[in-house]
Amino acid sequence: MARPAEAPERGAIVLGHRRVYIVPSRLGLFFGAALLILLVGSINYSLALGFALTFLLAGMGIAGMVQTTRNLARLTVRAARAEPVFAGERARFRVLLDNAAAYDRPEILLCRLGSDAQCRVDVGPGAAAEAELAVPAGRRGWLPLGRVMLETRFPVGLFRAWSYVRPDGRCLVYPRPEPGALPPPAPSTQAGGARMRAQGSDDFSGLRAYQSSDSPRHVAWKSVARSDTLYARGDTQHVLRNDMLTKQFAGEAATELWLDYATLPAALDPEARLSRLAGWVLAAERGGASYGLRLPGGEIPPGRGERHRAACLEALALFGAPSGPGEARAERAA
Amino acid sequence: MSAAQALAPDRRPIGARDVAMLAAGLAIVVAPHALRAPLWLTLLTAALVAWRAAALTTPRLLPSSGLLLAVAAVGLIGVWLQYRAIFGRTPGVALLVLFGGMKMLESRSQRDAAALVFLTWFLAITNFLYTQSIPTAFGMLAAVATSVAALVGLAAPRRAPRANLRTAMLLLGQAVPAALVLFLLFPRVQGPLWGLPQDAYSGIAGLSDSMTPGSLSQLTLSDAIAFRVDFKGELPPRRTLYWRGPVLWDFDGRTWRAGSPGIAALPEPSNGTRIEYSVLLEPHNRNWLFALESPALLPPRARYLDDGEIVTLAPVRARLRYDMVSQLEADPVADEDPRNLRRALAMPAGFNPRARAMAARWHAESSGDRQVLARAIEYFRVERLQYTTLPRLLGRDTVDEFLFESREGFCEHFASAFAFLMRAAGVPARVVTGYQGGDLNPVDNRFTVRQADAHAWTEVYLVDRGWIRVDPTVLSVPLRLDGGLERAVGETARLPLMMRPDMAWLRTLRYNWEALTYQWNLLVLGYSPERQRDLMTWFGMRDADWLELASTLLAALGAFVLALSAWLLRQATRPDPVQSAWRRFCGKLGARGVPRAPHEGPRDYAERAARSLPSASEPIRRIAALYIALRYGPAGAGGAPSARAQSVMQLRRMVRELRFG
Repeated sequence: MARPAEAPERGAIVLGHRRVYIVPSRLGLFFGAALLILLVGSINYSLALGFALTFLLAGMGIAGMVQTTRNLARLTVRAARAEPVFAGERARFRVLLDNAAAYDRPEILLCRLGSDAQCRVDVGPGAAAEAELAVPAGRRGWLPLGRVMLETRFPVGLFRAWSYVRPDGRCLVYPRPEPGALPPPAPSTQAGGARMRAQGSDDFSGLRAYQSSDSPRHVAWKSVARSDTLYARGDTQHVLRNDMLTKQFAGEAATELWLDYATLPAALDPEARLSRLAGWVLAAERGGASYGLRLPGGEIPPGRGERHRAACLEALALFGAPSGPGEARAERAA
Repeated sequence: MSAAQALAPDRRPIGARDVAMLAAGLAIVVAPHALRAPLWLTLLTAALVAWRAAALTTPRLLPSSGLLLAVAAVGLIGVWLQYRAIFGRTPGVALLVLFGGMKMLESRSQRDAAALVFLTWFLAITNFLYTQSIPTAFGMLAAVATSVAALVGLAAPRRAPRANLRTAMLLLGQAVPAALVLFLLFPRVQGPLWGLPQDAYSGIAGLSDSMTPGSLSQLTLSDAIAFRVDFKGELPPRRTLYWRGPVLWDFDGRTWRAGSPGIAALPEPSNGTRIEYSVLLEPHNRNWLFALESPALLPPRARYLDDGEIVTLAPVRARLRYDMVSQLEADPVADEDPRNLRRALAMPAGFNPRARAMAARWHAESSGDRQVLARAIEYFRVERLQYTTLPRLLGRDTVDEFLFESREGFCEHFASAFAFLMRAAGVPARVVTGYQGGDLNPVDNRFTVRQADAHAWTEVYLVDRGWIRVDPTVLSVPLRLDGGLERAVGETARLPLMMRPDMAWLRTLRYNWEALTYQWNLLVLGYSPERQRDLMTWFGMRDADWLELASTLLAALGAFVLALSAWLLRQATRPDPVQSAWRRFCGKLGARGVPRAPHEGPRDYAERAARSLPSASEPIRRIAALYIALRYGPAGAGGAPSARAQSVMQLRRMVRELRFG
């Protein structure tokens, strides 16, 4: 079944009525049976108004069928940007439904096929509505929104109309961050070696990961308190030990932190290494340290801040991917 | 993601709005039954609905299945005690009403609610077993609208109830063409498909195949319509309007009964005035068709009996329309089977000695049957027997008591006495029942014959002439023929309300209503397999069989679905007024040299335009703000639809009035 339809449809997708399918729902089948009983009763008792009532309801069913189709037909579907998430979380895809018609389209159910993600929205007349599909993000890399089914039973519930779309939405999934001790800061090459300072631990210059030999007096307790929210689900003991930061003082060591793929033990498989690196990026950013990322085939110079963090995590997410984000963009522009 | 979303749509719980809608639909269909059903049943059903309503605020009140079973058992036993039956029309309907209440009580999910909607439709149709009048039709239409709104409410629980009601109305409006096509073209089969319950046609008024003193006068207290007649051309004189029905041959001293006539060919009447008319006969659960003397045409599937009755093969259980041709005052048919003549002379022994004696005297003093008849007619004319709708109860010798003691009676007494006297004098005679006269509805110019016009007269056989009609009532009370019942009786108390002379305005109202009802009965209720064939012939399909009907029906329905889809989908592509106003706005600004860049959102574009066109910066910003609110604001969730419509109108006006310095 590998056909061009597997590729996402670009831009806004207008649901032509030919791609809206419709079948009677279970309730619709019961409705048909009820009509049959009404009809037989009308024939048996020669009830002219019985016929009229039965046929009015049958007509209502027909009109309901057409209106159920109409509830989806000519609806515009478009994927909006999804914020990156970590593997193991849910990617929150946003799908925009744009209703150009002058009537409202209530009760539209969106299901992302292959997952339990669904969302029910009402789209007002001439208005747009946003549906959020929370799809479990299993692996790092680009997670495509994939095939989405739009379904509706409005207005009578006797019919189920549905249509499939494949909007070109995708979500960047960062590697699952593995909490772990930050590496010891690498000696700064620019500084020309460690500068010695006479007075040991008076001038605060930053944070580094806790090491078991550190004095509890130097632990950055405020930072620990903040980090709890991020790892709230984990084992508290574990969190405390691995996530603690130690205040670093001038003269102790260099302040630039290099998070290097190569420094991780060779016994770890590449995914585990990336997870560890992702955990380091988070810890380092939280600690306020300036950090750089070094991966086989490229490096990101040290820095800090939200954008720097995102760049590092993206690099980790797409590490080794056959088509990087640049290629994907080029493909999209073509 | 709430838990409700994860549930299958038919498992979703129902809310107060759904319960209210369902209860309203149920109330409308049960209300007419409440007039017929025992009070306890209505109260029990209402209590079950109230119970469900109470459970809305206190969910623990919802009954367990054991309790439900107990309630069902109580209801079942109650119906059994009331009717001593579970099956049959009346107990069946009672049970259905009870089920409605039970289903209401146990409704928790959408599936239950949908089942209750279907039950409401079944209950609606059971009302038509009793009456198919215009008010009933409208009542049940209201019930259907309510229940469809309930269905829409189940499909869209978060939508405003008013919007759902409007959707239901739209659905029903769009259903009308399909319903009409189905009604006209669905191949009609004459029911019943299987045996009907014995009480299916109880309580239908009409003439019967026997006549005892008092049976007809009971009938004449009824205002009910027996049939309506549409005369083609001139209305014949009232005195000729004898609508012939059952002919009674056998007399046992008290009761006249029908004979055993055989099927015969319709004799060709000679002379007389030919009139054409059509009759719309109300169902009377008997086989007779009523026609004026002498019929010259047999309706389809009717038979002519040798005593002049016209009967159908099956009892008339649905309103029946038939065309008739009669020749008024045609010559009677002369020859008659001698066995029938012997039957027309038979008399029970030992009854009415005084009448017998008088008849014997007439016979002795006359030279032939003709003279005997003349004596009898003279007797009724001179004696001036009184006409009353309140005849005294008579004892054993009914004829003697009427003629010589009470001297007042209803037409059945007159006819019975006259036929008895004739037989006693050796002249063959029989009693004919039917209707006499009727009244003209000035609104639609149609003739109405009511049960109150029921009449009995006699026919006497003269050897060289045949059976000739003698109406002894008219001999004594000539007014009966000209003025109808009210003038003959001269008292208003016991007459049906509408026949009283002092109720003229009421009668006018009645005429209008009955004219409407006539059309309703003719066109809607009287739409039969025959009329369907006529319609198909009119379409150019002679003798259409069910296959042709079905294919025509499917083609018409297919055309309907296509037309409806095209219309509804065109609505889908018709641009939204907000969007078209915005496009017009962009066009206007573009013409002033500020076209909208494709990537530009409304806010950015308006800001840029406002800066470029400072003279109109204020309206530009206001238009953009209103557009953004209308298009991207909450989709009519809180605001009323009318408020939105006003904003849309304001946007269009502002765009129209946008000027640049």
